[in-house]
Amino acid sequence: MRPPLHEIDKPLLAVTVGLAAYGLAALYSAGQTDVPTFVSTIWHKQLIWLGVGLLAMSLMYRTSPRLLEWATPYAYGIGLLVLLITLTTGTGAGTAASERSWISIGGVRLGQPAELAKLAVILMLARWMAERREAPATLRDLVPPCLIAGVPTLLVAKQPDLGSAIVFIAVLFAMLYWAGTKPSLLVLLGSPVIGLVLAFSTVAWGAWIVVLFGLLLWWRPYVWEGLAVMLANVVMGVIAVPFWRRLAPYQQNRLLAFLNPEVDPRATGWHVIQSKIAIGSGGFLGQGFTHGPQKRLAFLPAQHTDFIFPVVGEELGFVGVLLALALFTALVLILLRVSRRATDPYSSLCVFGISGLLFTHIIENIGMTVNLLPITGIPLPFFSYGGSFLLACSLAVGISLRVAWESRQSGYAEL
Amino acid sequence: MSSFHPHLLDRRLRLVRMVVWVAVGAFVVVFFRTQILEHSKYQLQSETNRLRPIPLPAPRGIITDRNGKLLAENVPGYTISLLPAADEDSLHATLRRIAPIVKLDSVGIERVLVRYRRTPYLPVTVLPNATFALVSALEERRLIFPGLLIQPEPKRHYPDSSLVAHLVGYIGEVTEAERAQRRLAPVRLGGLLGKDGLEREYDDSLRGADGVRFVEVSALGRVVREAGAASTLPPIPGRALSTTIDLDLQRYVAQIFPAGQRGAVLALNPNSGEVLALYSAPGYDPNAFVGGVDPDYWRFLNVSAAHPLLDRAIKTFYPPGSTWKLALATMGLKRGIVTLRSHMPISCRGGLQYGNRFFRCWSATGHGDLTLADAIAQSCDVYFYQLGLKLGLTSLLEDASGLGFRSRTGIDLPGEITAVFPGGTDYYDRVYGPRRWTSAVTLNLAIGQGENAQTLVNMVRFYQMLASDGRARPPYLVHPAASSNVSLGLLPEQLAGLRQAMISVVERGTARGAGRFGGSIAIAGKTGTAQNPHGPAHGWFIGFAPAEKPEIVVGAIIEFAREGPYVAPLVTRVIGHYLGVDTTAASHVRIVLPTDTAPHSRRLLPGPPTIEDSTIVPTDTGATPADTGNATPPPRNR
Repeated sequence: MRPPLHEIDKPLLAVTVGLAAYGLAALYSAGQTDVPTFVSTIWHKQLIWLGVGLLAMSLMYRTSPRLLEWATPYAYGIGLLVLLITLTTGTGAGTAASERSWISIGGVRLGQPAELAKLAVILMLARWMAERREAPATLRDLVPPCLIAGVPTLLVAKQPDLGSAIVFIAVLFAMLYWAGTKPSLLVLLGSPVIGLVLAFSTVAWGAWIVVLFGLLLWWRPYVWEGLAVMLANVVMGVIAVPFWRRLAPYQQNRLLAFLNPEVDPRATGWHVIQSKIAIGSGGFLGQGFTHGPQKRLAFLPAQHTDFIFPVVGEELGFVGVLLALALFTALVLILLRVSRRATDPYSSLCVFGISGLLFTHIIENIGMTVNLLPITGIPLPFFSYGGSFLLACSLAVGISLRVAWESRQSGYAEL
Repeated sequence: MSSFHPHLLDRRLRLVRMVVWVAVGAFVVVFFRTQILEHSKYQLQSETNRLRPIPLPAPRGIITDRNGKLLAENVPGYTISLLPAADEDSLHATLRRIAPIVKLDSVGIERVLVRYRRTPYLPVTVLPNATFALVSALEERRLIFPGLLIQPEPKRHYPDSSLVAHLVGYIGEVTEAERAQRRLAPVRLGGLLGKDGLEREYDDSLRGADGVRFVEVSALGRVVREAGAASTLPPIPGRALSTTIDLDLQRYVAQIFPAGQRGAVLALNPNSGEVLALYSAPGYDPNAFVGGVDPDYWRFLNVSAAHPLLDRAIKTFYPPGSTWKLALATMGLKRGIVTLRSHMPISCRGGLQYGNRFFRCWSATGHGDLTLADAIAQSCDVYFYQLGLKLGLTSLLEDASGLGFRSRTGIDLPGEITAVFPGGTDYYDRVYGPRRWTSAVTLNLAIGQGENAQTLVNMVRFYQMLASDGRARPPYLVHPAASSNVSLGLLPEQLAGLRQAMISVVERGTARGAGRFGGSIAIAGKTGTAQNPHGPAHGWFIGFAPAEKPEIVVGAIIEFAREGPYVAPLVTRVIGHYLGVDTTAASHVRIVLPTDTAPHSRRLLPGPPTIEDSTIVPTDTGATPADTGNATPPPRNR
């Protein structure tokens, strides 16, 4: 049955359109610099991509979740394949020139497959969890979903695109939680990562091991699970330093600059310092649309992709930031509501994964502009220039619109 | 119970919503703090204090001779620049106020503005080479010039100026076209680059890497304060370059080179290929290029009939004339056609009848019956006509290629041109048409005329082989080129015989008297006179000494020298000076060189550039500025 247009979830559509319009305005402004660069006309291209996104959205709106569920393994397979091809033949571009994250055919760059692969992973995880029907109860149950998300994570981490890898992991945890996995199990699953981070201070790591031991005694998992978790933490503690050495210098610098932007004020720290100056100088009402001096004088790096949010902060001030945050929050909350009301686990998990994906992108991107999080270079939904991610977002919203319609069709009423 | 029971979902949803609200709340707090509470701090940083990068030019590496004496050094200088102002108008206003002090006319102001437009965020150079007096005058009035920046900056200086001009070359501001090259991409706009000579050849290591420092400037463009030492990236000085040049010898060459004459002198160590001196006259002042060449001087360099920018040792060719006869003798000996004591069937009566033409010898009275050794000493044309015919055109062309007369020496200076010589008989077929030429061309080739044009450096390289064990050691100034496998292929006694013949040239042959000093050292050499149909002939002399165990080989060419009385003594005095012999006696020697090549001046065939043209028009390799009278002068600034 084809869903009629007038039965579409109007709040979700309205928030999406609002964000797209706001994002396009920000992108237009990002191009208005004193010395014009290629960025000045980039909003034309984004407009075309918005049109493509609209088509994709309506396509997904017309696609039944059942059809989607059937097609999921194929989408996932193609996603992995393309990621693999990207890894071998990929090229860098623009602000991510050193990464092999672009796929191109005949020299024409087609896009960054990682963005679309994120969607494929969400669908695949949703399918696996929905088929199970029961929440994963042991670490052993968590192996298949970890593999589903882990393989593409490794592939994008190898590009190297650390930001996207973090997104995969965040989405995995979010969906596992939504599928009913006990939080204690998730903590155990995530504990090696904490062990890795804390390994830079032997004292902190030792304290963490003690805490973990306490948690294991309290939660009482199977003995072999407890042993595996402890072992994983110890291994992480041992490999942390070699792992750090294997990170690319720019990745190390980004992490260091996150801790102290003054470490390297001209290179990595430059981004954060200039971003904070731009945001801070915006004040309550901002410097006026297209008039931000930091952006105009090209102090702001990558102002059309990763650092587009400071443009908003500088030119529209705290009010503009609040508006953007409100729209993003509304989007995530609406998606959560859609997910809650979905008629079947697959749809519910899909939409929850999508909200997790967007939420992670929003938090990572905005967080880095005010130095709350390290610089990872992942795009801000509907704001950052980039066709692949905009397409992925449009597809995601399209799926959510369909799921919303399905639940409304089945006569769902708020309990 | 399914894990998707609504009650369970509601429970999870509550937690998830809480997470979302906490995250959003944290953002609101952080943005509130940044944009409202700390607004004034960031506003100040944004509006009134902006980081401005100021390039710190790296001092170029010094260039020294083999004994550590300076060929190129850096001296302290001052650069006066203006920090970018809020807009072009205010910069223009400042420029107009500063113009009377730095003596800038309206054209100069316009030029500064053009530079500003190219890089609006970098300081724009107003005066690249300011004197201390000017700097102090500006410092006094500092307050009325916002954004004034006086930077101490190392300036290139060549203590010996035009003496070493063609060796070291000169530097200049990088052009847009050059910056497009990958190699030069790291050079900043306005950065300096070697444009010719060693400065160009070894630019990559001489250049170093510019540093940068940051100053915070106010909205008016005044420097507020240094942005802390931590953010300064010190320049990496260029690496010093140690050359094989003997500056004493170079100075001596320049000193005794006949004033007002055009030509070049090249001295090599025959056993290693090290260039000891390379001098081309007339020279130019490379110091004039530091800080931007004066347009008038640039115009003069380009329109001058003497072409001072042209390095006559490597960038132009001349017919080798009789210096070629050693090459022919080498070919004959190697192929076993003659020995040093061989006579030719026809003795010299002042010329040779060949076909329906009479090829004259330079000596109208004739040399009589000569051995090869005597023929070299007397530079007898008739002997070499016959040797050439015996050798045959094909062998001659083949051997000339093998001896490197069709290639470059690979000396590590930019712009060396390739010597011109036919590669085979098909060359004549192509130019004249098949069977439209006779083996008479062999006669011309045999005595260094005809389709043969060699650079000085290539001829000296050949004599280097004669002066050493017969193997080629390509000339170099810093790093030897890839080792050459060219060799004469002569037996040691043949080589010794040739040297003996060349000693005779100086002792009793065509350069008689040139070695009239010391008496203790034997100088070997060969004269040459290159016919020049459009003017007086060019004089050659290439010699080496001590003849038993040569330590130096020197070649010289002087344009329009006629029967140049200077050339042979010039070379022998250079050799004598190098070997530490008193050469004052030789300074009075005037030797009339024989017009020891074919009296018929032969134009080169249409293929290669004609000789008279090549001596005037530098082969433009990009290093030499375009040789046109109306060449646009480079910007005066730097």
